[in-house]
Amino acid sequence: MTAPLKHSLPGGTLHPAPGGTLVLRGLTLGYARHPAVHHLDGTILAGSLTAVVGPNGAGKSTLLKGIMGEIAPLEGEVGRSGLARQDIAYLPQAAEIDRAFPVGVFDLVAMGLWRRVGPWRSLKAYRAAVEAALAAVGLTGFERRPIGTLSGGQLRRALFARVLLQDARVILLDEPFAAIDARTTDELLGLVHGWHAEGRTVVAVLHDLDQVARHFPSTLLLAREAVAWGATQEVLTADNLRRARRLCEAWDEDAPVCRAPAAAARHDHPSHDQDHDHSHGHAA
Amino acid sequence: MIDLLTAPFVEFSFMRRALAGCVALSVGAAPVGVFLTLRRMSLMSEAMSHAILPGAAVGFLWAGLSLPAMTLGGLVAGLAVALLSGFVARSTVLREDASLAAFYLISLAAGVLLISARGSSIDLLHILFGTVLALDDDALVLLGGIATVTLVGLAVAYRPLVMECVDPLFLRSVGRASGPVHYGFLALVVLNLVGGFAALGTLLAVGLMLLPAITARFWALDLTGLMPAAVILALIASVAGLLVSYYASLPTGPAIVLAAGTLYLASMLLGPRGGLVWRLLPARHLEA
Repeated sequence: MTAPLKHSLPGGTLHPAPGGTLVLRGLTLGYARHPAVHHLDGTILAGSLTAVVGPNGAGKSTLLKGIMGEIAPLEGEVGRSGLARQDIAYLPQAAEIDRAFPVGVFDLVAMGLWRRVGPWRSLKAYRAAVEAALAAVGLTGFERRPIGTLSGGQLRRALFARVLLQDARVILLDEPFAAIDARTTDELLGLVHGWHAEGRTVVAVLHDLDQVARHFPSTLLLAREAVAWGATQEVLTADNLRRARRLCEAWDEDAPVCRAPAAAARHDHPSHDQDHDHSHGHAA
Repeated sequence: MIDLLTAPFVEFSFMRRALAGCVALSVGAAPVGVFLTLRRMSLMSEAMSHAILPGAAVGFLWAGLSLPAMTLGGLVAGLAVALLSGFVARSTVLREDASLAAFYLISLAAGVLLISARGSSIDLLHILFGTVLALDDDALVLLGGIATVTLVGLAVAYRPLVMECVDPLFLRSVGRASGPVHYGFLALVVLNLVGGFAALGTLLAVGLMLLPAITARFWALDLTGLMPAAVILALIASVAGLLVSYYASLPTGPAIVLAAGTLYLASMLLGPRGGLVWRLLPARHLEA
């Protein structure tokens, strides 16, 4: 599906082989000192296709923002192994797009070329690439339509086209298929598989467990902490899901200060000893 | 008839100077106004024009009715308020509008205090209604310089500025242009308000920036149409306002803004892009 894009991007697309591995070391992210993601350790391997699932409020979106660098960790770190900011493409859950602004679909999608064209270089050489990206998401003919006239699903498609043009090594998708019809979802999932086949690292926050089981080889089940992380069929067990729901308790206004030392957290912190090595498939 | 339109400018050099100043202001301020209205920051420029007051007042108290001193003071006060409120919005829970409101109120109160403590009401009128019929060479150079800086600035930052308007989160995610573009744009707003303040006075400085930009939405659909439309409307308002004020002996600043306001009302009724009249006479819908 993305083959035409590869030929139409001057200089071709990246070969994302080296780099693209993300290492989370004792990562704690949160708001006003309350952790939304608590002492998360693990590795997202380069070229892997990972789903992040968990109950509402489990810290899934926060995790993506942390990986992006949009919010700074309260503790721990994200090892991006030399990836620059532009190497990570991020499709947020609710994009902050001003749909009343009078630009067309072409211009919105072409924003994905920022790394190649910057503020001044001409878009002329990339016209075919933008057309190909639009064709890949089924929006051919929409080039001049103002973005305000797109439906929710069409805007989502356009944003996927923008991610295509970003040509990034790591792609983070936050609930990319929420409120999207089945056919569109299938087509967009095709793009996700295309990225996977090209060796890009893809992490997607999802709610549809059947979809995860069918399309995503590895899964992180998150409930502030990693309940399980590994091969999808070993993670998505009834037992793990029940545990995830239980762990994700309510916001405690007067929560005590977490005493667990960052590096040793997994050993002396009571709720961590259930899953020592999340990196590959040891569901507790 | 043509003579009526050209005679004042042919005859009097102060009218030619006023026209040149207004042309410079229209060319620079109107496109800035287009971006302001599209970013829903129309009222922000109004607030900012108030923020300029104490700086201008300090300049006035320092050097009397001197354009360079008042301009410099206004520029410093405006930029300080813009940068501070931008900084607070980006690093605390406050949104831009709330932090701007806080700073401009502080600034405005300080300005009123300064003027009432030291100046007279005639001085206040000068500051409020400007000196468009007494533009000297310095003022014209200043206005021309501001227009030049504005156009060059908008051209250089056009792409990231549009991106910052449409999807700021995306621009932040792909690079570091977001902050500089945002602050640079605020600086252009302040620069043009200070320019407008020289020609039209603080009270009406916003007029030539906003009214043509708002009116342009009834004439054009996208940015490439909105900006030229706004400039043309601002030029028409300038010439019309100057002529009306000349023939009817009315104050020039308000006359220009009222001319722009008249254009707005007419366009709102008759403008081809969503004017009221076209709503009342809807065309039949298309097939697809």
